Amino acid sequence: MGLGIAGASFQASKEDFLTTRLDYVVDVIRKHGVNWTRKNSLWPFPFATACCGIELMATGASRYDIARFGAEAMRFTPRQCDLVICAGRVAIKMLPVLQRLYLQMAEPKWVISMGACASTGGVFDTYAVVQGIDQFLPVDVYVPGCPPRPETLLEGVMAIQRIVENDGVRSSEERGRGMRLAVQPTVRVGLGEREESKS
Amino acid sequence: MSKATQAIVDLLADEFSDIEFAPAPLVECKNKEREQLCVRVPPDRLLEVMRFLHDDERCCFGQLSDLTCVDYLDFPNARDRFGVTYTLVSITLGHRLWVKCFVNDPDPEVPSVTCVWKGADWPEREVYDLFGIRFTGHPDLRRIMTWEGFEAHPLRKDYPLHGRGEREDFKVVTREDA
Repeated sequence: MGLGIAGASFQASKEDFLTTRLDYVVDVIRKHGVNWTRKNSLWPFPFATACCGIELMATGASRYDIARFGAEAMRFTPRQCDLVICAGRVAIKMLPVLQRLYLQMAEPKWVISMGACASTGGVFDTYAVVQGIDQFLPVDVYVPGCPPRPETLLEGVMAIQRIVENDGVRSSEERGRGMRLAVQPTVRVGLGEREESKS
Repeated sequence: MSKATQAIVDLLADEFSDIEFAPAPLVECKNKEREQLCVRVPPDRLLEVMRFLHDDERCCFGQLSDLTCVDYLDFPNARDRFGVTYTLVSITLGHRLWVKCFVNDPDPEVPSVTCVWKGADWPEREVYDLFGIRFTGHPDLRRIMTWEGFEAHPLRKDYPLHGRGEREDFKVVTREDA
């Protein structure tokens, strides 16, 4: 992106420098529009119905800290949110609730289907559990795992950020029925590294 | 066989000599002292027997600990289909008793014990919802787990595990709707 710094003099005074930075900011906003700010300020709706919700809480807590990705402002009303994180199995009694809160959210909005149960029904192949919310709801990102580790969920949030950055806010017709991306964790933290560094 | 429980079964046999209680241990134990007893009561005499168990000072079953049901469809040597099971606990005297009341299709009906133990209200609604057993005299017999309009009784053994299409029967919400 054109930073507007190349042409700036190196003997710039303080005032010049400030102007240059302002140029930069204006440029970024002009080029990336509102998406750059929007992707760093996702407001998730924690639709936590089962054990995935515990991992969602861990993702929000200090160790993994979803605030690093600007998505720490979780609200319990769909009217203030733009990202549903559906964490856990959805019973047949719960699906109409999920659909209604999705309809109540203002555009733009995205959906993460977190964990095996929300995505496929998981091991709960019974009359009472919906076998994948994507049958009845547009899902943007699937986060696999049973339950997914917080790193995987963060990768899912980053996938949403990439969607927001690249596609931005488009009308409902353009966006169709969701992106249907599945994420894999990019960062693996294991004991092995620590043991290697000791020896 | 626990002495306290045996005493209660003897008491019942004295009081209601026309009923075949058929006391049997819930689980066979090596230590007979630890065995717990289960008695059968026909549905038309249930309320009478339950009132006696609740009110008599030698029984004093003040708490209905659990009320559930078992579907004995295709169960070996089962004579009846549904067994409504009452778990009674006496907090004051420290003994327990299980009461089973067997009913059959097509119209399984059991008198409600809400007039004896008020706490039987919701468990009876649950049994009604999941097994389809009517509790006559219940103050508010509605479904409690599934919603109004749900037609089946899902814990019956002849109900298919994957349901009858209830989990696929939803409107699809697309982005165009939103």
